[in-house]
Amino acid sequence: MTWLRGHFFDVLSLAGQHIYLAGVPLVLGLLIALPLGWLACRYRVLYPFLIIGTGLLYTIPSLALFIMLPLLLGTRILDPINVLIAMTIYTVALLVRTVADGLGSVPDVVNQAATAMGYKRVRRFMSVELPLAVPVISAGLRVAAVSNVSIVSVATLIGVSQLGSLFIDGFNRAFMDPILVGVVACVLLALLFDLAILGGTRLLTPWQRAGKASS
Amino acid sequence: MIRFDAVSKQFPDGTRAVDQLTFEAPTGKITVLVGPSGCGKTTSLRMINRMIKPTGGRIWIDDQDTAEMDEAQLRRGIGYVIQHAGLFPHRTIVSNIATVPMLLGWDKRKAEVRALELLERVGLPTSYAKRYPAQLSGGQQQRVGVARALAADPPVMLMDEPFSAVDPIVREQLQDEFLRLQGDLGKTIVFVTHDIEEAIKLGDQVAVLRDGGNLAQLTDPAHLLAHPIDDFVADFVGRDRGYRSLSFQKSPRFPLALESSVPLGATPAQAVSAARDGWVLVIDADRRPLGWIEPGRITAPIRPEMLRRGGTVARAGGPLRNALDAALSSPSRRGVIVDDEGALLGTIRAYEVLAEIEERARPELDEADLERAGLQPIEETPG
Amino acid sequence: MISRILAWLADGAHWQGDDGILRRVVEHLEYSVTALLIAALIAIPLGLYIGHTGRGRFLVVNALGAARAIPSLGLLFLAFLWLGPKLSGDIAFLAPAGLVLVVLAIPPILSGTYAGVEGVDPAARDAAVGMGMRGTEVLCHVELPCALPLILSGTRSAMLQVIATATIAAVVGLGGLGRFLIDGLAVRDTPQTASGAVLVAILALLVDMALALVQRLVVSPGLTGRYGKVSPTDAETGTAIPASALQQSV
Repeated sequence: MTWLRGHFFDVLSLAGQHIYLAGVPLVLGLLIALPLGWLACRYRVLYPFLIIGTGLLYTIPSLALFIMLPLLLGTRILDPINVLIAMTIYTVALLVRTVADGLGSVPDVVNQAATAMGYKRVRRFMSVELPLAVPVISAGLRVAAVSNVSIVSVATLIGVSQLGSLFIDGFNRAFMDPILVGVVACVLLALLFDLAILGGTRLLTPWQRAGKASS
Repeated sequence: MIRFDAVSKQFPDGTRAVDQLTFEAPTGKITVLVGPSGCGKTTSLRMINRMIKPTGGRIWIDDQDTAEMDEAQLRRGIGYVIQHAGLFPHRTIVSNIATVPMLLGWDKRKAEVRALELLERVGLPTSYAKRYPAQLSGGQQQRVGVARALAADPPVMLMDEPFSAVDPIVREQLQDEFLRLQGDLGKTIVFVTHDIEEAIKLGDQVAVLRDGGNLAQLTDPAHLLAHPIDDFVADFVGRDRGYRSLSFQKSPRFPLALESSVPLGATPAQAVSAARDGWVLVIDADRRPLGWIEPGRITAPIRPEMLRRGGTVARAGGPLRNALDAALSSPSRRGVIVDDEGALLGTIRAYEVLAEIEERARPELDEADLERAGLQPIEETPG
Repeated sequence: MISRILAWLADGAHWQGDDGILRRVVEHLEYSVTALLIAALIAIPLGLYIGHTGRGRFLVVNALGAARAIPSLGLLFLAFLWLGPKLSGDIAFLAPAGLVLVVLAIPPILSGTYAGVEGVDPAARDAAVGMGMRGTEVLCHVELPCALPLILSGTRSAMLQVIATATIAAVVGLGGLGRFLIDGLAVRDTPQTASGAVLVAILALLVDMALALVQRLVVSPGLTGRYGKVSPTDAETGTAIPASALQQSV
């Protein structure tokens, strides 16, 4: 397609923006979700509150959140920081439950054995529970990544520039090519994230490779 | 009656799970299929209700070829109990039990009444009727599983390791209650287990299967213990066969030694005067034995903590094994024998039980055994 | 800002008429519910089939995974550019938007349905067949009721997806609450935009709660663990419903 050849670097730069807007929240969201999820798992009383609370956040449609946040934070609507924060909120909402369930999936006997061997709380969390929870958390992270890539494109409507800008561009000019390129680019990006997370998971869980055929 | 006629099962990948299996499971009796993993026992069971289709041979239920029957109809007439009960989690207990009757089109009221009956029959309180399976323990769920299988009163029951998933104490209770239930109901049962002890305890006849689905030996438990047909079966049946076979032999009316006894609270002086040798038996108000005591060692009236309880107690007329164990385990070397109510009858010494055992004839070799081994019967000389 | 939003919402004129709040809410619900029902009619039988027979599973799982990545806005525009010129009148924007709404609602429901059917206790399934239930009876009496928690949570996910996408679809001319957001953005009427956002958020929350209530009522207590008082010595605690695969929301 000739349009792509003419605008290749534009697309690339938009993709870069998109990676930034979708990826940074993934990392931030994970970092925030880890302690929250741990709380929900450790203090079962908190579980329903945390899960329902974050669930409520996830229920808010993205465009609505992109619009409400700047008003709450006092930033301008088309400031990308709104998108970053909104995406982080969504990521946290998705991951808190995943982290809680992931930590919960570590068999009790393993935790007890670790304690009996003399691991203190924090060390046990870092060396035993978290690594074993990685498969479940990673599955949730993959869902969050794909979800983020897709949602970020909506930010076009508030004027933030990323791959979604191609959609508006194509629509305004009644021209399908940019839209198609945008869609394909999003899917490829999602795939990239997915593979990156999968790769990271495999690195972190050598015992899974050694044992069974595939996760 | 269930008849296997040269039944074979070969899976598409080439494994031969069952090989030319031929045997009869008599009506009203429990036939146990037992063997190591991979011997085809579960496969054979599941071929009876056609959950697995045989690749060779036929299976007959009361002269009807199961291959000719509609599968669903066939299964509705067979009670099916599996290892993890498989109760429907979304239905109440009563609704679970009433499943087959409802499938058969019974009136809903009638099905529920029947379900409640069976709930009691398997030893669960009727208050459980409206509960859900997740609220029950493993053993309780298993009981519901049995009740469910009995609901439509099928003549045949298939049981696939039904008691394996519960702990040993619950398992023993379930086994005892199952035997009691079968005593009342007299169903034709094919029972699969990997546990030879369970097979010997429950089976009227036991079929030992070899790896690869071959029938190694089919006989009653006593015979199996006494005459294992080859090394495989002998190994599988295991050690201590002599003692275990004593479970199948009833004690005769042993001449029992009268045993003097004292109640709890008796003074040392009373104990000493009652004792024949260094030991005296302590009983309760109903003449039930509580334990032994050495009068020479006590300094105060007898209290429960002072009792030596190592000895088991055998019922008169019960298995020889229990009588022998009572004598062997007793601190005083005198085995305590009680009546059906548990009241003291007398004591017996180990050598007396052994004498009885030695005088008994071993289970006879039957014609099949003789023929297989190429032996001849020994002529009984009269006089 | 909050006061401006409240003032905008308090203005009676904004509630009445063809582009009043009430009308928009009704429109939004109409689109969403219709799309959801159509999607359910397609996805649930398909999911039941795949879960029950296991056929097509590999294909569907991977396709669904890929489908999650497709951005709804792009899809909306593509559909509009492709179908719009072929149709005239209202259908010109209703059809493309409607198509996209249905297409986006299918994956969560499909995923929940076959995962639900697959998650049925194999022992229960084995027992059902062994007792003499035929294929359809096993499906209706055992698999479907046991799969209900996941089917319903998949439906909830789909509903959120649809409500959110319907909001955005205002960009291609659809009505509904999205109009306030899109129109407000176009003319820089911030109170309108903000109020629209708040309204959509509230609608989404209310609908989700309503569906949660339906879930509570319809799913058997034996599955959820809500039995009321139980004696601690006899009972085991019920198992929690497995986490549904959260789907893309927009």
